[in-house]
Amino acid sequence: MLADPSPPAAAIDPEPPPLAPIPYVVRSVTTETPDTVTLTIRPSATRRIATPRPGQFNMLYAFGVGESAISVSRATPEGELVHTVRRVGKVTNALAALTPGDTVGVRGPYGRGWPIAEARGGDVVVIAGGLGLPPLRPAVYAILSQRESFGRVEVIYGARSPKDLVYYDEIQTWRRRTDVRFQTTVDAAGRDWYGDVGVVTTRLPDARFDPPKTTAFVCGPEIMMTLSAKALADRGVPRDRIWVSMERNMKCAIGLCGHCQFGPSFVCRDGPVLRFSALEPFLAVKEV
Amino acid sequence: MSAAPPPDLVGEIANHPLFAGLDPKLVRSAASTAQEREFAAGDLLAREGTTADTLLLILRGKVALEVGAADRPTLTVQTVGPGEVVGWSWFVPPFRWRFDARAVKPTRAIVLNGPALRETLSRHPAWGFAFLVRFLPLIAERLENTRIQLLDIHAR
Repeated sequence: MLADPSPPAAAIDPEPPPLAPIPYVVRSVTTETPDTVTLTIRPSATRRIATPRPGQFNMLYAFGVGESAISVSRATPEGELVHTVRRVGKVTNALAALTPGDTVGVRGPYGRGWPIAEARGGDVVVIAGGLGLPPLRPAVYAILSQRESFGRVEVIYGARSPKDLVYYDEIQTWRRRTDVRFQTTVDAAGRDWYGDVGVVTTRLPDARFDPPKTTAFVCGPEIMMTLSAKALADRGVPRDRIWVSMERNMKCAIGLCGHCQFGPSFVCRDGPVLRFSALEPFLAVKEV
Repeated sequence: MSAAPPPDLVGEIANHPLFAGLDPKLVRSAASTAQEREFAAGDLLAREGTTADTLLLILRGKVALEVGAADRPTLTVQTVGPGEVVGWSWFVPPFRWRFDARAVKPTRAIVLNGPALRETLSRHPAWGFAFLVRFLPLIAERLENTRIQLLDIHAR
């Protein structure tokens, strides 16, 4: 009889040392765009991190190189984690260069995620820009898994060009659903693109939702989030029901080092998901 | 004297966001020289540099606004759909299209006669002002969107 190839289920570490990574093994690597890959990893031994909630992030450690905060784009109850990484520096280049069988260190999950329970009973607008989709992906799945708890659901995803869209096959699956409206747009495209072209805010007038009863989740580059949040507010969505996911230079991820301070908040501890109403005054200040 | 425009055409123009709520006489006047047209995917609705004498009210489908140069691929900078319009070059001298407009999928549009509409608006300043109040925000919005595109909001 053949042995079961799957490893024994790892137990959640109840009190992991705060800065010690737990080893995970890379199960698969998917190339999303020329500079972006999606890593699927699973616990390598008997310990694993707690199951992340939508919007939380992990610190991924490329051994011998360094750590980087990467949002969780999927987590299974069995402990498998999915992270999408764009090559922007030494650490992310090392993470993106991992191959199946390699080991990566994980500590987390950290931060406050999307307040999905708060959105129940009303409409939901999800706006993702570029690599803002991975942190929102588990939120979309959480909403779809309890679809009857929400009113209209609109998802708008914008990217720089068609080749910068991630999860392309998954997007096509979402677009076929009748209980959620999914719009994709790119800033510019060639003639081989038959979808919408225009900045992400241009799709908002087409979105159907009742502004005062809407909760919005927005993630992407800071300027994209600012413009989207303002467009939502102009449409009548209360500013304290617009949530954005901030990205800062996170080091310790446990609210001690101060690298990720943004105004009065430590993004790693108080965020990364924060209310637009609380952030807006600081978003207008350069170099905060 | 021109024949009365078909009621369906008048209704469709009156219901289009650009004309909704404007003086019915202006709508009938615009409809009197308008025609409804179908475009197949790939059809050119406007060609850059040629005389711009139409304003298109999109009823169905999708139109790509394209810019290009001989030495580089054509780039779509915006798509326009139902309820939106294509073209303000008919309103601004020298009345030449500033871009190509191409149907991305089968498209139905009302084609308004630009010179006739200009003439009507100039003869009736109140209509002209009301129309501009509707039309200028579209131009401002395109300008704002272009500004955002220049910011390259997805750059890292």
